[in-house]
Amino acid sequence: MPADFISNLYVFILAGFVGFEVIKRVSPLLHTPLMSLTNALDAIVVVAAIIIAGRHETRLTTVLGAIAVAASFSNMVGGFVITDRMLRMFKSGRSKQS
Amino acid sequence: MTASELQQYLDFAYIAAVVLFILSLRFLSSPTTARWGVLAGEIGAALAVVATLFNPEVAQYKWVLIPLIIGAGVGIPLGMVHMTAVPQRTALSHAFGALSAAMIGIAEFYVGTVPVTRFQMGEIALEVIIGSLTFTGSLIAAGKLQEILPQRPIVYRGQNIVSLSVLGSALGLAVALVVNPAHATLFPVMVIVALIFGVLLVTPIGGADMPTVISLLNSYAGFSAALLGFVLNSKVLVVAGALDGSSGFILSLIMCKAMNRSFTNVMFGAFGQVQTSAAAAKEERVVRSATPEEAAAILLAANKVVIVPGYGMAVAQAQHKVRELYDALTKKGVDVRFAIHPVAGRMPGHMNVLLAEADIPYDRLIEMDEINGDFPQTDVALIIGANDVTNPAARTDQSSPIFGMPILDVDKAHTVMVIKRSMNPGFAGIDNPLYYLDRTLMLFGDAKQFVGGIVRELGGGH
Repeated sequence: MPADFISNLYVFILAGFVGFEVIKRVSPLLHTPLMSLTNALDAIVVVAAIIIAGRHETRLTTVLGAIAVAASFSNMVGGFVITDRMLRMFKSGRSKQS
Repeated sequence: MTASELQQYLDFAYIAAVVLFILSLRFLSSPTTARWGVLAGEIGAALAVVATLFNPEVAQYKWVLIPLIIGAGVGIPLGMVHMTAVPQRTALSHAFGALSAAMIGIAEFYVGTVPVTRFQMGEIALEVIIGSLTFTGSLIAAGKLQEILPQRPIVYRGQNIVSLSVLGSALGLAVALVVNPAHATLFPVMVIVALIFGVLLVTPIGGADMPTVISLLNSYAGFSAALLGFVLNSKVLVVAGALDGSSGFILSLIMCKAMNRSFTNVMFGAFGQVQTSAAAAKEERVVRSATPEEAAAILLAANKVVIVPGYGMAVAQAQHKVRELYDALTKKGVDVRFAIHPVAGRMPGHMNVLLAEADIPYDRLIEMDEINGDFPQTDVALIIGANDVTNPAARTDQSSPIFGMPILDVDKAHTVMVIKRSMNPGFAGIDNPLYYLDRTLMLFGDAKQFVGGIVRELGGGH
C-alpha cells in the first residue's frame, strides 16, 4: 500500500470527523444553504481539472479536463451566489423592526 | 524562485483554503453569522484557484481560461434561479460536481505517463464508478424535480434484481481492471455501465423521498471528490470531499430518521406503490368543509395559530400570500408560528427557504421536536399543502406504510384546518384520518387563492 494512501487516509478520517462535528451544529433552518455551500466548496475539484486541462497532454485528456473545469467552476460560482442570496433572506423578527 | 519553493507556496495556499472552508461551515451554525461563511468560502476557493493557475504544470492557458469563463457564464444564471427552483438546481449541481470528478478520473486513467499500479487502478475505478452513477442519478433527480420526468416512482417487476446486477457488473469490470490494468478496453464499458446504474437507481424513487435522495447524492458527490483526492494525492480535495460527503451523509441520516425509514428502504422500497388497495375503502366517511369567511372568523378568534406548510404550498407558490396572512393575523394580536417537519418539501430545509424568501422572520419557523409539545395549547393548526407529515395514522395504525414516522401532532390542536385541492389522497396514496376528525375543517381549493381569500376577509389584502 503506497505511503501517500496512508497519509491521505489520515487526512480523510480527520476531515470527516471535523465535518461531522461542525455540520451537526448547523441549524435545520439552514439545511438548504448548507447543501448549496458544501456544493460550492466541493467544487474545489476545479483545481485538479485546471491541471489536467492545462497540462495539455493528449486531446482526450484536455477535452475531459476542460469539461471538468467548466462544470466544477459553474458549481463554485453558482453555489456561492445562491447561498448568499438565500442567507440574505433569513431575517429575525427583531432585526426587521429596527 | 525554484520549483520546490513555488510548490511550497502553493501548498500553503491550499492549507489556507482548507482552514477557510472549515470556518465557512462553522459560521453556518447561526443565521446571524452565516453570510460570513459564504465570504470565508469564497476567499478560500479564490485562493486555491489562483494559486493553481501558477502551478508550472499548467503549460497551456487557453483550455483553462475558456472553460473557466464558460463555467462562470453557466454558474451565475444557475445561482440566480427563483427560490422555488432550488431543489432542482441543487440536484443539477450534484450532477455537475460528479461529472467533473468522473471526467478527471477518466482523464487520469488515459494520461498514461505513469504506468498504473493495481492499487491506483482500484482507486480510479471506484472513483469513476461513484462519479458516473452520481452524475446520471442526479440528472434524473433534477428531471423529476423540474417535472420533465414523472415524479411518481417508476417501477417494474424484478427491478431490484436488474439494478443490482447492473451495479454488480460495473464492480466486476472494476475488479477485472485491477487484476489486469492492461485491459484498457474494459474501462469505457465500466463507465457506461455505471452511468446506466445511476439512472436505474433514481427512476424508481418518488417525489416524497427526494429530500433523502438529494442528500444521498450530495454525499456521493462529496465522497467521489475525496476519492479523487486519493487518486491525485491532493489533500485539499480529500478535505473538501470529506466535508461535503459527511454533510450529505448527516443530512441523509436526518431525513431517514424523519421518515422512520432506512437507506435500503428508500433506495429499494419504491414508496407509494403498496398503497393502491388501501385507498379504495375511503370516500364514505364525512368531512366538514368551510369557506374563507368562516376560516377567517375562526382564525381571528384564536390566540395561538400554528401554520404547517408542505410541498403543496411550494407548488401553488402560496408563500407570499401566507406572509400576508401572517401579517394580517399578527396585526390583530394573534400569535402565529410555523411548524417545519424535516422532510416537508423536496429537499432538507426547503420550507424555511421559501418562507424566508417571503420575508417571514426565521425565529417564527419552529422545528418539529420543539413545537410538538405546544399543539395541545394551540387554538388553530392551519395546514397548507402538507399531508403525510400530519397523518396521525403514523402513530396508531400499524398497517400504515408510514407507521412509526415522527409527525407534527396537529390533531392535538383545538381546531385543525386543512387547505387541500380535493379529497384525493396525498402523493404516497395514504389516506389521512386527520381529515375525518370532528375538530377538522377542510378548506377545499388552491392554496394561493384560498389563503388570499382569508386575507381579504381579514382586511389585510391588497
